Amino acid sequence: MSKKTFIVLCFVPLAILVAAFFVLPMAKLVVVGASGNKGLAAYAAILLDPRYRSTLINTVLLAAATTAATLVIATISGIFLQRHHFPGRSLLIAMLTFPLAFPGVVVGFMIILLAGRQGLIGQVTQTLFNDRQVFAYSLQGLFLGYLYFSIPRVILTIMAAVEKLDPSLEEAARALGANPWRVIRDVVLPALMPAFIASGAIAFATAMGAFGTAFTLATDVDVLPMLIYTEFTLSANFATSAALSVGLGLVTWAILALARTFGGNTVAAAG
Amino acid sequence: MKTTRDRLLFAAQLIFTLLVAAFLIVPAVLSMTAGVTANYFLGIKSGLTLQWVAQVWELYYDTIFRSFLIAFSALAVTLVVGVPAAYALHLRNDRLSRAVEEIITLPLAIPGLAIALALLLTYGGFTDFRRSWLFILVGHVIFTLPFMVRSVMAVFAAIDVKTLDEGAASLGASPWRRFLDVIVPNARPGILAGSLMVVTLSLGEFNLTWMLHTPLTKTLPVGLADSYASMRLEVASAYTLVFFVMIIPLLTAMQLFAGMRANAMGTR
Repeated sequence: MSKKTFIVLCFVPLAILVAAFFVLPMAKLVVVGASGNKGLAAYAAILLDPRYRSTLINTVLLAAATTAATLVIATISGIFLQRHHFPGRSLLIAMLTFPLAFPGVVVGFMIILLAGRQGLIGQVTQTLFNDRQVFAYSLQGLFLGYLYFSIPRVILTIMAAVEKLDPSLEEAARALGANPWRVIRDVVLPALMPAFIASGAIAFATAMGAFGTAFTLATDVDVLPMLIYTEFTLSANFATSAALSVGLGLVTWAILALARTFGGNTVAAAG
Repeated sequence: MKTTRDRLLFAAQLIFTLLVAAFLIVPAVLSMTAGVTANYFLGIKSGLTLQWVAQVWELYYDTIFRSFLIAFSALAVTLVVGVPAAYALHLRNDRLSRAVEEIITLPLAIPGLAIALALLLTYGGFTDFRRSWLFILVGHVIFTLPFMVRSVMAVFAAIDVKTLDEGAASLGASPWRRFLDVIVPNARPGILAGSLMVVTLSLGEFNLTWMLHTPLTKTLPVGLADSYASMRLEVASAYTLVFFVMIIPLLTAMQLFAGMRANAMGTR
């Protein structure tokens, strides 16, 4: 057997597996999306139908808010953890990255334990103000859940970027009389911009596609993955759910492609 | 010389970071304690018990076994398919192989829900297949395969595979022997890292699995979603505790291993 034949043989199982169970099904999904009584217009309906459009807007706003909040939190903590060495630091880092592999459903349950009917926040507000706060199943609860799975993903990227910063630039800025705030604003933050774009895109795409957390928490809130799920299982509306998932897949893929051009790693859009 | 201002800033950042860590860790700790508390509403003073864990075992033990079965089957498939493919992709390194790499990485960028829907629409009509755990396995393999391939390819990129391969060839070894005796042993760190990823991700996979499962093929995360919706908090917590016990050793191994490898490569 020649080397060339061997390399081709190495490749055959993968080609068959991926063609049969990924490429073919995805093609089928695109076709089914256009197979309803609306035809190709099913794709346009994502933007034109008021219900789908408002769900899409909700989802984008929630994902954007999650991304912004996560970036702020991860930047403050990331710079701090990378710049200061103190006892317990590595334990703190481990705690901040530990939920990285939690499935979305478990994240949802974490929020139920915090803000559900028997949740910690409810107990504390009951004792302090005699007013039990329960918001796990509302938009705020969903936001907290998204924040929960986004922080560990983003903080590692930010810390790695902070480590690569050139300290002499900051020293130069200080020597030229810049105050600490200006050093941060004009030197540190611009240098971190590629990391913000890469990790922000990952956080955004993950939040757009998050199903498990929404499934556990979103009883009142309409987000795109839940809409796809209910259209498929409850209304048996295969064409619409297929068109919506193709739309969602294109958005998350495009955003992650953008992230990659800025040098970030692709992280699974699970959660 | 530290000024008061520096100290205040340090304290403020430390408190902020501790709060963030508390947000992530406190609910996990709550769920672990709730799972062994007799009555969560009354708190820990109602006593510690393993009755909820026992109840979880009784109700859901099949999901635990099935999750392990699927995770290790996914591992076997990704090893057999992914490692040779990573080798071929690395050696060819042309436009075609880069396009293939792009395609097999797509499942990372597309929500699991969409992939599951695509599988259902294509193969949902094959009733026997649809009803068996193999249907879930297919989804897990598609989702975890890129991690194995990329992890192994990363090792190939770091070592000089071509020279190793040519050296063995000059000694008269067949391509198959060279692959088994030279390439695979050298790719071991990548294979190990990829394997940990595949098993961890498969054990926790929900987005695809929820769509692909049937009442007779529930996995652990599917059972978790079930218990969150219909069981008392203590049972849901005990079930989550079982999941943590399964997943935390894998996560720890992954972190230790990543740290070891980073040290070995001379970077931090």
